[in-house]
Amino acid sequence: MMIAPDNNPADAAVTLDGVGRSFDAAVALSDINLTFAPQRFTALLGPSGCGKSTLLRLVAGLDRPTKGRVLIGARDVTDAPPVARDLSMVFQSYALFPHLTVRDNILFGLSVRRVPRADQDARLARVAGMMGLDTLLARKPAQLSGGQQQRVALARAVISERPICLMDEPLSNLDAKLRAEMRLELRALQQRLGLTVIYVTHDQVEAMTMADRIVLLNAGRVEQEGTPEDIYRHPATTFVARFIGTPPMNLIPADSLHRAGAALPPEAVSGTLVGLRPEEIMLGDHGTPADLDSVEFLGADLLITARVGGAPVVIRRPAHLPRPSGRLHLTWPADALHLFDAATFRRIAFTPAPLPAVPLLQPS
Amino acid sequence: MRRAWGQAWLFILPAFVFLLAFTHIPVVQTLIDSFWSTAKGRRPARFVGLENYAHMMADPIFAKAMINSAIYGAITIPASVGLSLVMALFVHRRFRGVGLMRVAFFTPTVLPLIAVANIWLFFYAPGFGLIAQLRDLVGLAPVNLVGQPATALYAVAAVTVWKEAGFFMIFYLAALQTIPEPLREAAAIEGCRPWTFFRRVTWPLIMPTTLFVSVNAVIGAFRLVDHVYVMTRGGPDNASQLLLYYIYEVGFRFWDTAYASALTMVLVAILTVVGIGQFFAADRKVHYK
Repeated sequence: MMIAPDNNPADAAVTLDGVGRSFDAAVALSDINLTFAPQRFTALLGPSGCGKSTLLRLVAGLDRPTKGRVLIGARDVTDAPPVARDLSMVFQSYALFPHLTVRDNILFGLSVRRVPRADQDARLARVAGMMGLDTLLARKPAQLSGGQQQRVALARAVISERPICLMDEPLSNLDAKLRAEMRLELRALQQRLGLTVIYVTHDQVEAMTMADRIVLLNAGRVEQEGTPEDIYRHPATTFVARFIGTPPMNLIPADSLHRAGAALPPEAVSGTLVGLRPEEIMLGDHGTPADLDSVEFLGADLLITARVGGAPVVIRRPAHLPRPSGRLHLTWPADALHLFDAATFRRIAFTPAPLPAVPLLQPS
Repeated sequence: MRRAWGQAWLFILPAFVFLLAFTHIPVVQTLIDSFWSTAKGRRPARFVGLENYAHMMADPIFAKAMINSAIYGAITIPASVGLSLVMALFVHRRFRGVGLMRVAFFTPTVLPLIAVANIWLFFYAPGFGLIAQLRDLVGLAPVNLVGQPATALYAVAAVTVWKEAGFFMIFYLAALQTIPEPLREAAAIEGCRPWTFFRRVTWPLIMPTTLFVSVNAVIGAFRLVDHVYVMTRGGPDNASQLLLYYIYEVGFRFWDTAYASALTMVLVAILTVVGIGQFFAADRKVHYK
């Protein structure tokens, strides 16, 4: 079942054109220019207070921008009410009607829009089957577990058969195990139905695993936009570099590395920050010397904290390898190195040296 | 097990004692008194069986008071509940001066009913009262609303609605504020208009409050008679005579306490039946969290 397959899929694109939203003196969003591609899963990622929920509400029509335009397809919907935008939404709190049964909750929209009874029943049977809710239709929301309530909320969005689905942190109230399952299910559902999903989350794992594209927001601005791999491999700013990846990327002043005698590209002058992901730093017999601070055991991995030329650096390393002690020697692949301007926090482009200065792999 | 029972009884003892002493025992005593005659001078009370009730059946003022109470209830209960809901919906928003508006709606509730009655006597005053002046402005003939039998009951009922609605509004406002905002937003995305949302979501969710408020409105309709005392004393010609005010007159002005006891039993019976009936009838339709 594809939703609205006969319609032009481009109608399900959402475009924000110079959108801004201010609350009195506070600016929640400024100058947002984005296109959410049709039938794609886009994650709006950012820390709390970055404006991602506000952005979603502007798309939904629950809030109006103070600047700019919102377009769905080619249609300007900036001032259109939510119902005229042909989209569905899943709320963080699920927003289920507590006095209605699961069945009536799912059918609420159809009955409000006076969809014929037979049509309602057919759609309900199909959606309830798809979401595994067949046996729960007579229950009230209070009689359901969190995961089941989540499914009802999804079913209510799916049954509307609208091409765009907005989700506001829908998994944040579930426990870790259920969240992992629902991630797979949500992604499968989106692909099966060909939905345009805009998914708000503060959880980078959700964004990385489900999304076709990630829009990273910070302080009301778009920090970077791209595929998950893009954002992980080429963070545009130090904020992106530290926000994506656990533990966050090390940002070491180039001076500290020079002091320790590390081989760096010529662009790594004083006043730049060298970015190195903890998982890409290796320990060996040769390389940049570092002093060991502490070792944390995480099960599969060890988190090693050390100092390079006075600057702290975190290294992640499989726990089955022997625990390091004393003086360490760090190496990394040349293309694992990122450079940022310490004043503007922006990425500096450079060509990695063709060959690493030290052997890549050292059995330790 | 035995110990737990003892403790349970200890915990409910204070409430139990007061309820017994000031509610249940007086009701039983009143019921007993209603089968006896009123003691007068040296003649002690004697058992008369149902004589007081027989007298009641033949009493035209009792009949008038019952009819008036029914009309009074039929006006004040739906009017005060309905008005309170409208006011609550009106101030359950954000706009400039909403706090002032809420205070204005609630003020009649905090005033003593005697004071309210006096305010309304000024409104109703023939010649210079607010209503007289408004009527004069549009060229209507002057009329004494509390002083004529045709309108006295309605004039008194209006005061009750004015006073009770503000009180009930507080309960409705509290109930409206417990309805999560995302429900409204989810409905808006589905294309639900405000009236449909009210009918299908708000109204069912505030049903427990409606039940509570309407029980209180029924009790209030029979219980609030202070303003009758101030404004009409049941007159003119028993036009605004209500059951409780009649009980007061019989008991404390004519000192026929036995007959007043019998009348009281009628009031107790009405309130009991209505109260229990409301809970049973409404319980099936009410959604409690």
